[in-house]
Amino acid sequence: MELTSEQQLMLNGERGEAARQSMEILSALGKIYGAADMVPITSAQVAGVSYKTIGDAGLEYLQDFAAAGARVRIPTFLNPAGMDREQWQTLKVPAAFAKKQLEILSAFSKMGISSTCTCTPYLVGIRPKLGEHIAWSESSAISFANSVLGARTNREGGPSALAAAVCGFTPNYGLHLDENRVANLLVKVEVPLKGTSDFGAMGAYIGEAAKGKVPAFTGVKAASEDRLKSLGASMAAWGSAAIYFMKGITPEWNVAQGAEEITFGARELSAMREKMGGAGKSDIIAIGCPHASLQEIEEVAARVKGKKLKTKLWVCTARKTKEAADKAGFTREIEQAGGNVVADTCMVVCPLEEMGITHAACNSGKAAKYLTNMFKKKVVYGDVEDIVCE
Amino acid sequence: MRVKGREISKGSAEGEAMVSADAISFFGGVDPKTGIIVDKGHPLEGKCVAGKVLVFPRGKGSTVGSYVLLQLKKNNRAPVAIINEEAEPIIAVGAIIARIPMVDKLEGNSYAKIKDGMRVAVDGTNGTAELKE
Repeated sequence: MELTSEQQLMLNGERGEAARQSMEILSALGKIYGAADMVPITSAQVAGVSYKTIGDAGLEYLQDFAAAGARVRIPTFLNPAGMDREQWQTLKVPAAFAKKQLEILSAFSKMGISSTCTCTPYLVGIRPKLGEHIAWSESSAISFANSVLGARTNREGGPSALAAAVCGFTPNYGLHLDENRVANLLVKVEVPLKGTSDFGAMGAYIGEAAKGKVPAFTGVKAASEDRLKSLGASMAAWGSAAIYFMKGITPEWNVAQGAEEITFGARELSAMREKMGGAGKSDIIAIGCPHASLQEIEEVAARVKGKKLKTKLWVCTARKTKEAADKAGFTREIEQAGGNVVADTCMVVCPLEEMGITHAACNSGKAAKYLTNMFKKKVVYGDVEDIVCE
Repeated sequence: MRVKGREISKGSAEGEAMVSADAISFFGGVDPKTGIIVDKGHPLEGKCVAGKVLVFPRGKGSTVGSYVLLQLKKNNRAPVAIINEEAEPIIAVGAIIARIPMVDKLEGNSYAKIKDGMRVAVDGTNGTAELKE
């Protein structure tokens, strides 16, 4: 791989131990994937933040790395943590877990990383532009950045995103290159998609069907950003798609000659919804996977205003979005109905099992996948108006 | 016999080879305190990786596996070196942060020639492996 003289100095350890180790990680990855050189990036998003995910092994690594002098060179922020930093006691997160989680956040903060813990950085002001290179590591954010914004990122792991943040560049391979941003699975959508849950179900179906291929959708007339974020999240969770195109909607549209063609119609939609959703009474209604936009919080607030909910309701979101919801009065309406607007974390990475929860309802294809695995029981799946009842 | 491979993680070490026919998931598959493989049904289930030159096709499973390699190292239960048929990021990153010498893609069919119990020296800085018996 071709390295600049500065990169060579970093690799030789002349810019400190943290830079040396980061450079060693990046050049090993570059070697594995055949990168010709490194490409400068404008932001990094580091996953592996929840104590539930990384445990003591990850915590120790982050503390060692911070102590070795690791400092980020570019704007860097975090994936959701295992709890809301401000409301964890109210939300009954176990104290032992909270202690470890705070230690993890403190190690990141020593490295100069922003304490923004979200999978929707693009909703709180971090919006890379078309063609911009970044190193993000939360699968739904990667999908949104590549597909909806046209920015360029591979699926980074926690340590590789952190190494990229410390160095300011990432190996130039995969989705950083034009030649790999080409669809080879053409999906003809032949059913009107009604709500967020239909987009999540289509994402789940195509995620499974794509088997590593890049999908391109035709036949979708309109799709809000909220629905696209649901689609991409679900595709990444049920498969591994890190980029997709949608005719007339995404900024890029490149389809290979001879791409495989499949149809997504009413039959596929209803079969997938059947596969994803179970019945029965849930003990949490979880909204906000990926993190809810202000508009989605408003929708929930309008639904529950003046009611008293019998089931626990969590609307998960980024802290900045929650602050906007506080100001707009949505948080109060949701709280008065007995629900919570929860920041910094989500239903997938917080220790729900330790909190005595055994069955969930959700409107997200991604959450449906993970919560079904977590509880060994199908979620109740539907749009906000279907799953949020009195 | 000294053979050429790719340098993945720097440093050099020598030890007895422990060969796995299957990929290894360190997260959930190896106990970080003891170094014992606990993955049910794995060909090396019950064996301890500590002090060995661990030879396996590739990593698999959660990316948290990288951190488990570091924990093993801190607990003195890590392999002394790693040889993969073809490296992937979980093991490569884990070896680098734990400072375990590692090479992959040995020339010819050298990878297949490494047998359990053989003494092997790994030089991750120059990307070579020496099969001693």
